[in-house]
Amino acid sequence: MESWKQNKAVFWVTALPGVVWLLLFFLIPLALIWGMSFGEKTSIVDIEITGTLANYLRSFEAVYVKIIWKSIWISVISTAVCLAIAYPIAFGICFSPARWRPLLLLLVILPFWINLLIRTYALIAVFRTRGTLNFTLEWLWDLAFLDKLVGPYQPLELLYNNGAVIVGMVYVFMPFMVLPLYATIERLDRSYLEASLDLGASQWRTFFSVTVPLTMPGIVSGIILVFIPMLGMFLVPDLLGGTNAIMIGNVITDQFKAANDWPFGAALSFLLMYVTFAALAVRAFIGSRMKGGVGV
Amino acid sequence: MTKPIISIRNVTKRYPGVVAVDNVSFDIMPNEFFALLGPSGCGKTTLLRMIAGLETSGTGDIIVDDQNMEGVPANQRPVNMVFQSYAVFPHMTVRDNVAYGLKVTGVAAAERAPRVEEALEMVQLGSMADRKPDQLSGGQRQRVALARALVKRPKVLLLDEPLSALDAKLREHMQLELARLQQVIGITFIIVTHDQDEALSMADRIAVMEKGGVRQIAGPEELYEKPHSRFVADFIGKINLIDATVSGVSKSGVTCKAKGLGEVIVPHDGEASGNVSLAVRPEKLVLSAEPPASGSDISARGVIRDVAYYGDVSNVFVTCSDGLELAVNVQNDRAAAGLLENGREVYASWHPSDTLILQE
Repeated sequence: MESWKQNKAVFWVTALPGVVWLLLFFLIPLALIWGMSFGEKTSIVDIEITGTLANYLRSFEAVYVKIIWKSIWISVISTAVCLAIAYPIAFGICFSPARWRPLLLLLVILPFWINLLIRTYALIAVFRTRGTLNFTLEWLWDLAFLDKLVGPYQPLELLYNNGAVIVGMVYVFMPFMVLPLYATIERLDRSYLEASLDLGASQWRTFFSVTVPLTMPGIVSGIILVFIPMLGMFLVPDLLGGTNAIMIGNVITDQFKAANDWPFGAALSFLLMYVTFAALAVRAFIGSRMKGGVGV
Repeated sequence: MTKPIISIRNVTKRYPGVVAVDNVSFDIMPNEFFALLGPSGCGKTTLLRMIAGLETSGTGDIIVDDQNMEGVPANQRPVNMVFQSYAVFPHMTVRDNVAYGLKVTGVAAAERAPRVEEALEMVQLGSMADRKPDQLSGGQRQRVALARALVKRPKVLLLDEPLSALDAKLREHMQLELARLQQVIGITFIIVTHDQDEALSMADRIAVMEKGGVRQIAGPEELYEKPHSRFVADFIGKINLIDATVSGVSKSGVTCKAKGLGEVIVPHDGEASGNVSLAVRPEKLVLSAEPPASGSDISARGVIRDVAYYGDVSNVFVTCSDGLELAVNVQNDRAAAGLLENGREVYASWHPSDTLILQE
């Protein structure tokens, strides 16, 4: 790692494009939005940065706190469901024959090849009252003669509620959970699991006492990769949630578009970012304690 | 006669395309230090893992202390294993590692603590109990793995290449340590190793394996002095193997025509016919400038091709007539001084009774 000091020219030439890119398309826009969050609208198109905290204070009005809180718990549940489904998938791929693994991983990544919007509309086609799932259930209902015994099948209202948003988010973010889990489980030395069994532990005990702690880095990466973008998601709640499942991402989009209140949208965006930074800081703190601790 | 603690009966294990363990049967006695020795891929580790229950779907019977292990999962077998990689749980302290096996089987905390301390003392790790594995050396990690297995009080301790990751000095120390532990605890140890020195110095009995089968089971001395086959003779220590053809068998021994030696008579108990190998250990050979005084010795005249100096001994390679190459172990005492020079003409001789006849 010392070598870059001896070859400064090479270092700068290779680092420059990345630095310029980040500066132009990430840091400067971010700084603009951050500045805007302390600004006021002076006309339909003009914003003056006055250093006011009014936008932030407005964010703490009950209606917004409620939406932020709802965004957090929907994201927490979606992340948990994602983890519960992704862990067995990742485990299964790792323990499948080596020649099957690339294909199985491809199946996990495959949804990325289709536009998110199209995939979400496809979910609507599956879950709506006259959708694939309800038709299937109706067919099974009739097959069991329940229509004669109980009465005609009543289609389930599966869309436009919190449940639909959670299902949609889990579906969209699943690969981001599977891949980091796969990467850590694959590197896990199986002799740890064998040692645990050899010492008399049951399969369950081995899973919770050895496998989970040793794959914790993958679990944490997966949670971060999934939870943070879920928190700001607006497309899925917009399409699947209808009006009563609105999340903070939708409020922010509305401020920038329909409401034309960029300063308030900026403040809400940064509020979300502060929450994220706090979560990452907590994780870093826990991580350093786990590593350095002697008999904690 | 005591009953064996482990009986291996017709055990076979196939992988697609290979037979890892090929119809193996033998007994291991209580309190024995038993070694499974062989080159890599000979099936020794597979057999050990089958005893542990980590390798399933083999055929045949493995009986531990009168109980057939068929269908008994790894976590219910009265054996414990020290893994080659040690597999010491990195997220637990040394103490928690050792306590793990007791905790998961429901041993009460009050009983657990003294047993853990006792096991840690046994491997001299009492002062490191609160450390994490990444703060330990390789040798210390191995002691943790040992204590973790021994605290379970297994009937048999299985060790999979336990010393292969240690440096030479530590390895020698651990060899003595393992032998001492085994004596103190008085349980059966089964060690898998590819290192013949390790097996010879530690084990009471050694099973030499090759291509999934057991070639010979014997004590270290018998294995070294009386190998049954070319493979065993060649694998255990160094040996000169000389091609020969049997021409007659009489009371005084077997007469054969050997490459580079001409007609020799070798004392031999068993059968011998056709093409055989004459085997003689390098340390049984004597080098001299003059032909040997005793006429009964087998001797060959040759030229020193190479001398490898090891301090106390030298390995000398002598090229004789007919392309015969002999390795000779020479003590570097006064008698050897001046004799060991490349290109020098010498006589290599040995007593006929030091020669083994190995049937092809």
